[in-house]
Amino acid sequence: MLLDAWTGALGANPVQRALHQTGLLALVLLILSLACTPLRLVFRWTWTARIRRALGLLAFGYAALHFLIYLFDQGFVPGTILTDVLERPFITVGFTALLLLVPLALTSRADSVRRLGFARWQRLHQLVYVSVSLAALHYWWGVKKDHTAPLMYALVIAALFAVRVVWKRRQPVRGRATQPGD
Amino acid sequence: MTILPPERDPEGQRPPATTETPSRPHPTRREFLRHAALFTGTVAALGGGLTLLTRRPGAVDTTPGENLVWRPDRPLGPYDTTEAVTPYREATTYNNFYEFGLGKDDPVRLAGSLRTRPWTVSIDGEVRKPQTVDLGTLQSWFPLEDRIYRMRCVEGWSMVMPWLGFPLAALLRRVEPTGQAKYVQFTALHDPEQFPGQRSDVLDWPYVEGLRLDEAMHPLTLMAVGLQGRVLLPQNGAPLRLVVPWKYGFKSIKSVVRITLTREQPRTTWSAAAPDEYGFYANVNPAVDHPRWSQASERRIGELGRRPTLPFNGYAEEVAHLYAGMDLRQFF
Repeated sequence: MLLDAWTGALGANPVQRALHQTGLLALVLLILSLACTPLRLVFRWTWTARIRRALGLLAFGYAALHFLIYLFDQGFVPGTILTDVLERPFITVGFTALLLLVPLALTSRADSVRRLGFARWQRLHQLVYVSVSLAALHYWWGVKKDHTAPLMYALVIAALFAVRVVWKRRQPVRGRATQPGD
Repeated sequence: MTILPPERDPEGQRPPATTETPSRPHPTRREFLRHAALFTGTVAALGGGLTLLTRRPGAVDTTPGENLVWRPDRPLGPYDTTEAVTPYREATTYNNFYEFGLGKDDPVRLAGSLRTRPWTVSIDGEVRKPQTVDLGTLQSWFPLEDRIYRMRCVEGWSMVMPWLGFPLAALLRRVEPTGQAKYVQFTALHDPEQFPGQRSDVLDWPYVEGLRLDEAMHPLTLMAVGLQGRVLLPQNGAPLRLVVPWKYGFKSIKSVVRITLTREQPRTTWSAAAPDEYGFYANVNPAVDHPRWSQASERRIGELGRRPTLPFNGYAEEVAHLYAGMDLRQFF
């Protein structure tokens, strides 16, 4: 996108284009970070676990950038933005999805798991399931017509959730000590 | 998983399964290479994927069409705006025309498939002289006029367009509406061979729009055949389109093949597709929000900031009387 900006290929409405692309990238990265665990469970790939945090943080970065561009788009007028966030479900949902990612990003340090305790940390990070669902809904509402693309993203998210559920059913007792609510 | 060859694993034991990177102070050369390859592969896959997702508009053909009568230094008329005209390139590459596709760059990319000659327009319904006329003949009936109009899209962006065309009123007078005529219905070309977007059913094709007869007879309402002195390009609605400058852009139907005068209010495409979001009237109104966004401001294409949206897109003095006594929140 920076390359596009440099070469003037951002099109006639660069703000809108940047808004859409950062939003889409945030959603894609969030889904990729969520794909790590199912890929590990199904294919026994362990390298996915190593890049999960990086993907999650990158997703948060793009989501924050998406929000900043939205603020710029609205001219940083607090009244307008407050009305948008409070009264338009489409914006409310997107804003909530971003808010839910904040504590997750804050507790992504290497020592956070130890400081919070694994169970609490894990429960906190289950917020990502809510966040990604809201993000998909936000995308769905943002499209004027033809919901094919949002539907595809929603299906991928549903599939990733399904793998988790199926796996938990198939292996109710794991070797390790699992916490209630896991 | 790390799988070492047997000769390097004398104990016959595999390292315990762990999701953490081995924290050996001196990784072996093999490990280093493996990690480097993994890293490069991941970055390449991610980068490639993201590049595909953020595809740029391809090379586009914005060759200006054949020249029409155009007097760039003519004195401004009563309805012209003096605001800076949107550059031809932007006006011909950033378009909503779902018959070609949903993307803003689909129309310019796919415009080549539309054949605009020969082209006939049928005028029927509540008129005394129904007829089907060739576009060239139709155009020869009326002198072409330059009109520099603001255009406001329902999505919150706007342009300034120098149209070339003739008032719809002139055409309607010629076909003589009967006393029963209350509305004018416009129908766009329906041909999936020429309009790839019509191969998907995102909208109920053909595209239909409509005006009340008094709106249609207003001197601002134009049938356009040109833009900035050139014959209309397909992405701008060639060869004949409606322009109603005080309404959101989607009212100004493109590639018109039929004009029908009716007694009843026509069922228009967008008001049928999403009645809570797109009304029949679609007057530009900063006080009535779209359910998903505010209509109070707009971005003029080419500017970074937003500017306030004007009631009736700045044409209130000319058209507000058409809606006297109507609740514009109800009839949006």
